[in-house]
Formats: sequence, C-alpha cells, structure tokens
Amino acid sequence: MLDGRDGPAVQRAMDLLMRYGRALGAERLVQTNNVVASISATTPFMRDYAMRRGGMDGVFSEFSLDSDDTVEIPRVKTFTTHVQLGFDPHNAALMGVDEQTVQFYRKGEAYITGLGVQAANTCTPYQVGNIPTRGEHCAWMESSAVIYCNAVIGARTNTEGRESVGAAMLTGRIPYWGYHVDENRLGTHAVRVETTVESTADWGMLGYWIGDMVQDKVPVVEGLGPLPNLARLKHFGAAASSSGGVEMYHLVGVTPEANTREQAFGRNTPAQTLRYGEAERRQTWEKLNATGRSTAVDYVMLGCPHYTIEQIWEAARLLEGRRVSENTALWIFTPRAIKSLADRNGYTRIIEAAGGHLLTDSCSAMSRAAPKGTRVVALDSAKQAHYLPAILGVEAWFGSTADCIDAACTGQWRGGPR
Amino acid sequence: MNRIDPDAETIVLRGRCVVEGTAEGEALVTRQAISGWGGIDSRTGTIVEVRHELRGVSFAGKVLVFPGAKGSSGWSNAFHLTRSLGVAPAAMLFNDMSAKIALGAVVTRAPALTDFDRDPLSVIETGDWVRVDADQGIVEVRKKKATT
Repeated sequence: MLDGRDGPAVQRAMDLLMRYGRALGAERLVQTNNVVASISATTPFMRDYAMRRGGMDGVFSEFSLDSDDTVEIPRVKTFTTHVQLGFDPHNAALMGVDEQTVQFYRKGEAYITGLGVQAANTCTPYQVGNIPTRGEHCAWMESSAVIYCNAVIGARTNTEGRESVGAAMLTGRIPYWGYHVDENRLGTHAVRVETTVESTADWGMLGYWIGDMVQDKVPVVEGLGPLPNLARLKHFGAAASSSGGVEMYHLVGVTPEANTREQAFGRNTPAQTLRYGEAERRQTWEKLNATGRSTAVDYVMLGCPHYTIEQIWEAARLLEGRRVSENTALWIFTPRAIKSLADRNGYTRIIEAAGGHLLTDSCSAMSRAAPKGTRVVALDSAKQAHYLPAILGVEAWFGSTADCIDAACTGQWRGGPR
Repeated sequence: MNRIDPDAETIVLRGRCVVEGTAEGEALVTRQAISGWGGIDSRTGTIVEVRHELRGVSFAGKVLVFPGAKGSSGWSNAFHLTRSLGVAPAAMLFNDMSAKIALGAVVTRAPALTDFDRDPLSVIETGDWVRVDADQGIVEVRKKKATT
C-alpha cells in the first residue's frame, strides 16, 4: 500500500499511518474493519477550502489524510459510521444556518455516502447499528464513543482523530498501541463510591469527578448501587472523558473486563484509592454550576451525548400537557434513526405540541448554534456543561432531566444538588 | 522583561523525536493539559478553556511546553487548522504520550519531542528562548534575564 500500487490516496493514507505510528512509538499496525469518522465540511472555512482545492476530494486529502496535494479518494475499505455534524440539515433555519451552507452540506453527504460511509451522523454510533464485537480492533473518533466502546462493549480503540480514521478507512489499518494492547486496559486507580449514584445526572457527576481525579488513567469503580442503563453509562463516560481524558474504565461486576476486582486490576497494584462521598458529589455539582448566575433560563439543551429513545420517552412524559415558556427554547438532540422511532411512537408530536424541538445530527457545542439571544442555558449533561460556557460564552446550569424540563416550562432554574 | 541574557548559560535537554524538523522561539509553558476542540480557538491559536491557566493566551509561533493533550477527539483537527490558518506553535514539547497528541503533532507538522532526560516543565519557563532540533533529539534553552 505504501508503494503506491493501490493508488495515490491509499499511499498517502499509509504514509500518514507510518508517521503517526512512529510518533506513538508503535511497533506495528493492526487490521481494523470498524471506523467512526468525521469527513463532513459544514463550516464556511471548509466550504471555501473545498472551492479552492477541487471539491470534497480536496477536503478529504488535506483534513482526512494530511496530504499536500489533492488526490482522488476511492471507496472506503472498512465499515465506517459518520459522527455528528456542525448542524442539523433538517432544521438549518432554526439553528441559524444559511441555505448556501445547507446546499453545500447536501453535496457533501452525497459524497460521503458515495464513498460507502454510513450517514448515521451521531456521537453514539453504538445506538444505531455500530456495536463492535468484544475484542474487536476499532478506529473511533468522538471521546464519549471511544470510552463506551472500550469500557462497556469491550472492543478496542484509542481516541483517534479525523486524519487517522481517514487513513484507516482507506487501508483497514491503525497503529497497534494504547488500548489495543491487553496490559494497557488493566485498572490503575481504585474508586470507592460511598454515596448514592442512581440518576443520569448522578452518573454524569461521578464521571466528571473521576476524570478530574485520574486524568487519562484507568479507574476501577466499586461500591455501586443500582445497575446503570445505557443512558447513564453514556453520560458517565462522556463526563469522564471531558474533565480528564479517560478512555477506559471498569465497573466491578458490570463491565465486561471486570467480573471481579482482581480481573480489573490484573497484575497492577492500584496507584491510589479514591473515595467519592457526599462532599465530593457536592463539590462536583458546584463546579458544574460555577458559571450559573441568573436563574432566568433562555435555552434548555438535552441530548449530549445524543439521547436514547428511553430518554426521549422520559422527556415526553415530563412534558406532556405542559408548555415551554415563551422566554425559553427547548432543543433535544438524537440520531436520525432514533428520531424516526420517536416520530412513530408519538414522542415528537408531544415535544412539538409543548413548543420544544427534536433535532438530529448535531448539538450546540458542535454547531456553536443556540437560540438567538441565549445568555443562560440549562443542561442535564456534565460534558455539555463543561464545554458550552467556553464555546458560546454563556452561563450554564447543570441538573437532572426533570430540573431541565421544569426550567424549559417555567423559564426559571430551580434545580439543586439533589 | 523577556530579554535574553547573552551571558546566560544554555541548558540542553534530550528527548525522543515525535515529529522531525528544527525550530526556535519563545517558550510558552503550562503545567495543565490542553484541550484541542473546544479548548483552543483555531483561528487565533488562543487557549479558550474556561478554567485553564493560559486562558486568553496565544501559542502562535511559540515553543509550546505542556504535559499533554486532553478532551475531544477533535484535538488533531483543531491543531491541523492552526497550521492551515498560520497560527500553529513553532514546536511542541510534552511529557505524556497519547493518540491525540501524537496525531495532533504529526498533522501540525511542528517539530515535536517527548520522553526527555529532564522534565521540561521544571527546566523551561515562559519567555525563555528555546531551540528545538527534533532530528537530533536536542532542545537548547536560554533562560530569560531575571527581572529582579
């Protein structure tokens, strides 16, 4: 592949993988047939870039292969799922995106699906048809998906970037390094939970605290109460990968490589034993609410990471028979495929009847889009509470889903630590 | 101020090459890991993360000395864009290897080193003049003149 026999794009891809592998200090590449990637061009900068460099092949050559010249991109070799985008093409006007950008995106989507990439457009590929097998070597982007892939599914990936997954989808290779290797998946830090962790917000706070404490190490969590569902693990991992750089964790008795504490640590001795009690929970709540000043909420955003159908069901039940305040907007984000289920279940109608919107493909952090004049937001995602104040310069309140729906309907933040 | 003292002694560090090349410039040092996407503004090369000690400071043209990368998988793309827009760091020196930083350094194409014989975070201070020869694995540090 490196000699150019498979064409210039594959040669550029292999050249990048070799440079990347050497930078890591990896000994070899490993085969992969499962990639989660970003290819799309949804910003004006990318659109102008494409105009100058020969269309989407030009964008792919530069930003997915780090190639100095524009090469023709062949169909992808691997099963590849596209991550979330810079906006929801079905709700562009609502998000303040002009028609020209939408037109350019549609061309881009035709290009992407033409390459053989699945236009799932979500940060949660594991919700919509991309669930790898335990032990499968993957090349995934999106830190919240990476941690879910490693810890919950037991497949193997590092947090790849746009260029390395671009190279992986054309070659079926990725450096054998980090979480592809058995011993790097073993636990390094023990975490004892000494308070109730039950709701989605509870799991988000626990993840946010652990990420802060262990940074990019591998925590082993013990002392858990009720078994978490998909949504709770999704929020837990997203938070831990935002406040720190956690890519792998073990929940003793829950996740697949941690039937026991002994299995989770293997030959490692815990570097530290951390305790998460009521005081730590309180500190985390305060940290996540550090930017909140005004209790007049302009915007409630749910769906980071993209909501599950169970969470949409919950939101619909909380909203039924109520009205979103005229001073507040409610946007809920989910994958396209799950929105079509919500449409059929009648949840979309309930949300829209209340004055809310069910959107797909994006979120406010990705799009930098929020309802006009937004100064204060309410969120049930620790990850979004971490990013949005920096990205949009807004005040953020973090709390439970019920607190957020209440804020949407009253226009007032009345949430508290419990 | 950040005047370089011609009589100051040169400190030499040795490390492992991550990205080849040579560069020199003023050091910008942080003990906090850096977030790419959502943590920097790629148009200006400025750190924007809310609680970061370098919030509001640009690394454009500087020798960036930091522990490592954290946060989103958009790290490499955010730094790739700083190169496209002419505001990339001149060189990167870091301690903690990760997929994010390895790929990010490769596509930023700034000379980069890791695995040092001495911790660059304790040897190098913001404002020092730093020459990086990644091919040889050598970093030369000339301390800024003391302000006292």
